[in-house]
Amino acid sequence: MADKIYRVRMNDLSFSVEDVPKEWLGLGGRGLTSTIVAAEVDPECHPLGPNNKMVFAPGLLSGTAAANSGRTSLGAKSPLTGGIKESNSGGTSAGIMAKLGVKALIIEGLPEEDDTFYHIHVTKEHVTIEPIPELVGKENFEVLDTMLERYGRKVAVFSIGTPGEQRMLISNISVKDPQGKIRSLGRGGLGAVMGSKKIKVITVDAGDSKETYLADAATFRAANKAFTKALKENPISGEGLPAFGTDILVNIINEAGGLPSMNFRYGTSENAEELSGEHVAENIQERGGKTTHGCHAGCVIQCSQVYNDKDGNYVTSGFEYEMIWAFGANYGIDDIDTIAHIDHIMDDIGVDAIETGVTFGVAAEGGMLPFGDGEAVIKILTEEIPNGTPTGRVIGSGAGNVGKLYGVVRVPVVKNQGMPAYEPRAIKGQGITYVTTPMGADHTAGYAVATNILNSGGHIDPLKKEGQVELSRNLQIASAAIDSTGMCIFVAFPALDDPACLPALIDMINARFGAELTGDDVTNLGKNILKLEHAFNLKAGLGKADDRIPEFMKYETLPPHDAIWDFTNEEIDAFWDF
Amino acid sequence: MAEITVTVKLFAQYREGKFKVEQRQYPEGTTVGEVIAETGIAVDRYPIGVMIINGRHVEEDRILEAGDTLALFPKVGGG
Ligand code: SF4
Repeated sequence: MADKIYRVRMNDLSFSVEDVPKEWLGLGGRGLTSTIVAAEVDPECHPLGPNNKMVFAPGLLSGTAAANSGRTSLGAKSPLTGGIKESNSGGTSAGIMAKLGVKALIIEGLPEEDDTFYHIHVTKEHVTIEPIPELVGKENFEVLDTMLERYGRKVAVFSIGTPGEQRMLISNISVKDPQGKIRSLGRGGLGAVMGSKKIKVITVDAGDSKETYLADAATFRAANKAFTKALKENPISGEGLPAFGTDILVNIINEAGGLPSMNFRYGTSENAEELSGEHVAENIQERGGKTTHGCHAGCVIQCSQVYNDKDGNYVTSGFEYEMIWAFGANYGIDDIDTIAHIDHIMDDIGVDAIETGVTFGVAAEGGMLPFGDGEAVIKILTEEIPNGTPTGRVIGSGAGNVGKLYGVVRVPVVKNQGMPAYEPRAIKGQGITYVTTPMGADHTAGYAVATNILNSGGHIDPLKKEGQVELSRNLQIASAAIDSTGMCIFVAFPALDDPACLPALIDMINARFGAELTGDDVTNLGKNILKLEHAFNLKAGLGKADDRIPEFMKYETLPPHDAIWDFTNEEIDAFWDF
Repeated sequence: MAEITVTVKLFAQYREGKFKVEQRQYPEGTTVGEVIAETGIAVDRYPIGVMIINGRHVEEDRILEAGDTLALFPKVGGG
């Protein structure tokens, strides 16, 4: 069976199953979501109005046995940045969609204005769109459990909590993982877009559609073997990530002076050891839990983990560096268990770890609450936000808006999106990615930390400007291509250092589709995606003046290196010369 | 020969059976590579990834000075 485009129209609650247009055939993941958004969404539309669309797409290799290929991309116009957005996550959805032959699920239009929220259920060539009043006002774990009870554990689930229902800009979308827990998708307020379309939950049931067609199964298997070997033999993807998870970064970024602390005031944190991956791994060992855990079935890296409290009871899974940094170093909570508890709450209500943590940092700077007050955060997340109180809505509006409301100058955002856990003044290549990526301040778009700090793909001095624009450009092109395959971004570590890795990946794509792509074709795919996204943003009104760092970083030096952002506008804009 | 005191910090797998942070004495002129050998960290199993002195990346031939803080990491990554 050929793959199809599934289209749902919320304005009249109808659907169609369409042939895939020729020009979309070779695309998947981010390449496909950004192409569809650019083709079908008016860049000037209001992101929460009738003319925005959500596009879900599994990667090119999703649904196959390819290691780490289970990422689902979601594209839309972002209500936070006002530009195009692609966000991807693990969970079981990519494999299920691919097996069912769903090349993309496009959701468009708005239903009539009333209190009704809907449940979309996708099966073979069919979609039902039904009101689901019993789940309105419920959070993600309850929604997830209800769906699993109804359909069994094999169904894919996307859902929003109360922040998404209320169209808050910090809201994201939850995706079921293999253990029946939650991964998250959709920085940039994509939960609010789902809420605007009045969709509480989407389920996808592949039924007995099991196999994804392979043009050349033998070649595919051999390439997957070589690819898996590259992932397992690399010291980062094979050893470090499984043992410590992504939180291993706390200490090294701190030692390098690039760990943003107390709302981007300092480059190191006193709490680093408490927050470190080493400490988290120690706790997991003492208390039970798991240091290795995959966000989808085919993951051979398993950076995720299961974290228990002091009494050995489950608290959270997928306890990641960005989250621990955001609430630990940036907002100043000095107790890892409090942060784990907050992580679980945030999964349940469905808000983005980075945006929410950066928002609390700015709110503390503005005097709304003290730095490091875990109890205050918990109260806001469990009472104020779900009930939509003014306080809840203020925090729910994101870092940029809170900065404006409280008259704060030190607001670490680009294109109104909160910065992740790397200081752009002290890790300048990463700063170039923040200002130039069409996504707003985002780290995965071009992870220059790899070469600036981690010595992956060589070393470029993080405190100097030389080579950073080129580094970021090359990484962004490669990441756009990798984001189209359905691969988790951590395959970038072996890809940077092991010459066998990328050819094996390309061989798998060719063997899956009977294609003859070369390395250059893949690079061109990455370039085209970036240009397409950039063109969308220009039409949406995001110009050069939006490719800039917040001004305070140009005049306020960052301890311990007294680092400053010193790129000229011309140097930044040269990013797009390709 | 005169001795200098430096702070040595170990991370990730290098801590196994060793220490997190210690003040240690070395003869003047000691290099980072010599400290790595002296601590006996498991570089055979986990090759050196990153060496940082006082917040700056260095190479193994870098000579330590009194009061330096040296941080040693195997290859680590995340995102
Ligand atoms: S390495 Fe981590 S993020 Fe990547 S697929 Fe595995 S569990 Fe998911």
